[in-house]
Amino acid sequence: MSTVTPEAPSDGAPAEAPQRHPLASWFYRHPRTRLSLLLLLPLGWLLVVYLGSLAMLFVTAFWQVDSFTGQIERAFTFDNFVEIATDPAYYQVALRTIGIAAAVTVLAALIGLPMAFYMARVARPSHRALLVALVLTPLWASYLVKVYSWRTMFQPETGVIAWLLNPFGLDSPGYGALATITTLTYLWLPYMILPLYAGLERIPDSLLDASADLGAHTGRTFRSVVMPILWPSLVAGSIFTFSLSLGDYITVQIVGGKLQMLGNVVYQNFTLNLPFAAAVATIPVLVMVVYLWAVRRTGALDNL
Amino acid sequence: MGAPRAPATIEPRGQHGMSASADAAHVADAEGAVGASETAVRLRGLRKTFGDVVAVDSVDLDIADGEFLTLLGPSGSGKTTVLRMIAGFELPTAGSIELGGRDVSQRPPFERDVNTVFQDYALFPHLTVLQNVEYGLRVKKVAKAERRQRATEALASVRLDGYGDRKPSQMSGGQRQRVALARALVNRPKVLLLDEPLGALDLKLREQMQVELKAIQREVGITFVFVTHDQEEALTMSDRIAVFNEGRIEQIGTPAEVYERPATEFVAGFVGTSNLLRGEASLKVLGLEGVFSVRPEKIHLGDPSQPLADGEHGADGTVAEVVYVGDATRFVVDLDAGGRLVALQQNVHRTSSDVAGLRGSRVRLVWRRDHEYRVHG
Ligand SMILES: Nc1ncnc2c1ncn2[C@@H]1O[C@H](COP(=O)(O)OP(=O)(O)OP(=O)(O)O)[C@@H](O)[C@H]1O
Ligand SMILES: [Mg+2]
Repeated sequence: MSTVTPEAPSDGAPAEAPQRHPLASWFYRHPRTRLSLLLLLPLGWLLVVYLGSLAMLFVTAFWQVDSFTGQIERAFTFDNFVEIATDPAYYQVALRTIGIAAAVTVLAALIGLPMAFYMARVARPSHRALLVALVLTPLWASYLVKVYSWRTMFQPETGVIAWLLNPFGLDSPGYGALATITTLTYLWLPYMILPLYAGLERIPDSLLDASADLGAHTGRTFRSVVMPILWPSLVAGSIFTFSLSLGDYITVQIVGGKLQMLGNVVYQNFTLNLPFAAAVATIPVLVMVVYLWAVRRTGALDNL
Repeated sequence: MGAPRAPATIEPRGQHGMSASADAAHVADAEGAVGASETAVRLRGLRKTFGDVVAVDSVDLDIADGEFLTLLGPSGSGKTTVLRMIAGFELPTAGSIELGGRDVSQRPPFERDVNTVFQDYALFPHLTVLQNVEYGLRVKKVAKAERRQRATEALASVRLDGYGDRKPSQMSGGQRQRVALARALVNRPKVLLLDEPLGALDLKLREQMQVELKAIQREVGITFVFVTHDQEEALTMSDRIAVFNEGRIEQIGTPAEVYERPATEFVAGFVGTSNLLRGEASLKVLGLEGVFSVRPEKIHLGDPSQPLADGEHGADGTVAEVVYVGDATRFVVDLDAGGRLVALQQNVHRTSSDVAGLRGSRVRLVWRRDHEYRVHG
């Protein structure tokens, strides 16, 4: 090697000395402060806006409206819940809503599973991103546009479905439960497909090979390996489809005919009897709590 | 790389394949006395292409019952593809696969009596270790009591008793590897396929598992087809080795045959240190034309004045490099005749401080004539 000059290079400060960042290094020494600052905004949002309004909903549900003045009475009472539980009209609406949400969830799973399977395991890897984008495209369109186009499809006598079924001597089923379930399934399908896709993509090929290697034919591999591993993804998807359907009130107004769901009841009572609307609105929340609790018992949420 | 070969160059390779099969026949004959020479796996003209890529080409291979056969070759040489075709995960583009005399070329994996130990182990994450091991038996509807018993025994045979209730994620790499082995062995397959099963383990554990695997194989008497790109592993464990290069078998033989009598330059280079005399050097040193291989440990490092005994060959040169490797020292010698040879000398009396000064000194390399072998290009 050549000789080393003892002096530092004449132009400017020695380049090797690390820059000092007093603020950054203070934060480095106080990780808790750093974390608190990071979470301040989202936590504030969660506490005030999200949990706060949910708490208000619960509190309001125990108030009442004075039948003469129409003013809200802030006195604690169970009357709203008693009315819902005893009036057949209301608990039938509740049961029907749960039934529709369940039907939507099952349908979305039945349609979504093969689609996600094709996307994640059959399609060429280079095509996968495109397929995901295609699944997402309906989300770019307005909710109302999509629901109204289904209204046109289901139109009796002149709709697309009527036109398809007429040759067989059948007419469109018209507006009602079937149209509502179909439309809701269409609306929420991407929310089912995406978690399933992500879950399926994570399963290594070698697990499927190993199952076949140990003597399991394709169906058995699906039941004993794919489904158990995919279960949390299916649950995640079902939480979306189920809860979104439970709370919907616009679709059912547009394609549901005379059909009533919990959302309609809330909507109709909103201005007249806010406490009653709040009581009805707690039902989907309670149903979801029960649903999550039941799902938790299957172990699906263990790895979340 | 993937350039098409002219038929002229394919020919000699094909012949190596043939002569290798002939060797296999010899081995089978030698074992014939025991009566265990039935063929467990027979591959004929096996070929697999992925689009334009020829992954495996004209592979002929007979694997005897109870044999430990290793597929050895560099990355991308087609070892895994051959294994996957035997297991049934890939269907061959051409050629046939027989298992125990039955043609299974077009059969799905679940109709083949082989089991696989995967490189990443492929343990089912949602099942416990015991359930993993039981899986194959459960699929075959073996009664619960028997299934439990066999799985427990299999776990014991890989020294994992008491671990049955754990999840695979709670096991170490070496333990997972043994679960994978137990899961395959519990089905008592005719043939066990292992794709670099020790690749993910550290050196110590790997050496320990090599010994254990070999012991288990001897115990259960199942045919093992073992894939590795580690030549040392192949040499220590195998009954026979099939050396792969670019989708073809270059040589099949016992570890000693492959190591001491490499059939081709590729084998000479891939198995052990490439130590070749070629061209002018061959002519000057040996008086012969062609390419010759001498293994480093067969070469004795002597004084330039040392006379050659009968049946010995010698070459003078200058030590270019001295590498101390603990139990031995590696001398890289530039020959006066051209080219260089490596000589490995046991460090019986030397220490690391002794070898440093040897660079640049004049030496005579001496070896016995029957330790040099002609290899093909
Ligand atoms: N599914 C596939 N699609 C396309 N090409 C493939 C596929 N599988 C293997 N190949 C190609 O076939 C050739 C042989 O691959 P293979 O996996 O058999 O090699 P290998 O000897 O097992 O290598 P390694 O030691 O790295 O595992 C490689 O060139 C590889 O790129
Ligand atoms: Mg491989």
